[in-house]
Amino acid sequence: MIVTDLAIARGGVPVLEGLSFSLKAGKALILRGPNGIGKTTLLRTLAGLQPPLAGRIEGAEDQIAYASHSDGLKPTLTVVENLSFWASVFGTHDIQRALDAFALNELADRHAGNLSAGQKRRLGLARMLVTGRPIWMLDEPTVSLDRNAVQMFADAVRDHLGQGGSALIATHIDLGLDGEVLDVGPNKAKPKPIDDFDGGFL
Amino acid sequence: MIALLLRDLKLAFRAGGGFGLGLAFFLIVTVLVPFSVGPQSSLLSTIAPGVLWLGALLACLLSLDRLLALDWEDGSLDLLATAPLPLESVVTIKALAHWLTTGLPLVLAAPFLGVLLNLPAPGFSWLVISLLLGTPAMSVIGTFGAALTVGLKRGGLLLSLLVLPLYVPTLIFGAEVARRGAAGMETQTPLLMLAGITAATVALLPFASAAVLRINLR
Repeated sequence: MIVTDLAIARGGVPVLEGLSFSLKAGKALILRGPNGIGKTTLLRTLAGLQPPLAGRIEGAEDQIAYASHSDGLKPTLTVVENLSFWASVFGTHDIQRALDAFALNELADRHAGNLSAGQKRRLGLARMLVTGRPIWMLDEPTVSLDRNAVQMFADAVRDHLGQGGSALIATHIDLGLDGEVLDVGPNKAKPKPIDDFDGGFL
Repeated sequence: MIALLLRDLKLAFRAGGGFGLGLAFFLIVTVLVPFSVGPQSSLLSTIAPGVLWLGALLACLLSLDRLLALDWEDGSLDLLATAPLPLESVVTIKALAHWLTTGLPLVLAAPFLGVLLNLPAPGFSWLVISLLLGTPAMSVIGTFGAALTVGLKRGGLLLSLLVLPLYVPTLIFGAEVARRGAAGMETQTPLLMLAGITAATVALLPFASAAVLRINLR
């Protein structure tokens, strides 16, 4: 996946501009930057949920598995039901590997509504494994995970990279992954000069 | 697609899923009408087709604000939009699930409630036929309204205001079929109009719903 000179906006306000990077198979790219800089917006743009202001994104959208802040779980379905739903949406049927990777076996028949925040997060991340897609886009994946679960997650990503996949991860902690760090801080969009305002308004 | 339909049906039947809400509302409305208009059976049998149709329409309206809002709140709508399913088929399946859990029970309950309103004997089959043809349009139009208002806090009021005018043609021709049927008159013209409206909405609105959903997810 190659991104050239990308500019993105949130709610009509430009947040990042002049962003170029490439995501190689087998590598992770760690996205860093202060809160509100536009990391989530960048991930949503790359996942195809919103159009970019300018620039080019090469690499098919249907290669991407996206995980947002919320896990997309249904509280009245069990862990297995939630996971097998996403597996059949993505046309894969092996959920056992995902259950094993995130130690969800003993929770398999619990309703997702009865899980703790960290357990829900683990279930949400296990979803990535059943998508079977090569590019993972993860938005703050380690929120509410304990140290063990962070390790589980890092292992799952490492496994995924080992199989030739790639991952773009917005996170503030060090996961010890093989890959570069992309700091988007310097790409903050400059505010438009004030005399442009009338033109913009018209 | 089947997986999404099965999940939505399962969610509707599980605790708190809202199945039966429309049905209960329909029941309450039709039970209360004879109390409010008085017990003259001739008056009741005149207004029965219209009351049953209006009750079914409002019952349908009641469950619309949950149709996409729940999926939007827990983030699964975003994830569905990035999944291999086209959004057009997602909204079609959502409308179908809504019809199966709300529209179809209303159709099946209508003849029993017709007895309470002293619906004339020839009207029963026409009532069921007209509701069977009309309720799919209500689900599809409702999904369009839900797609327009997804992401708005307390969007239910706006949703009703947007959807009600779109329901009017279905109501007019649907209730007309039931009224003419009950009076023993010829029903072909309104029946064809009703079928035409339903066919057009089912064919066209999923594309519009998917398009507004794409914009609303930005």
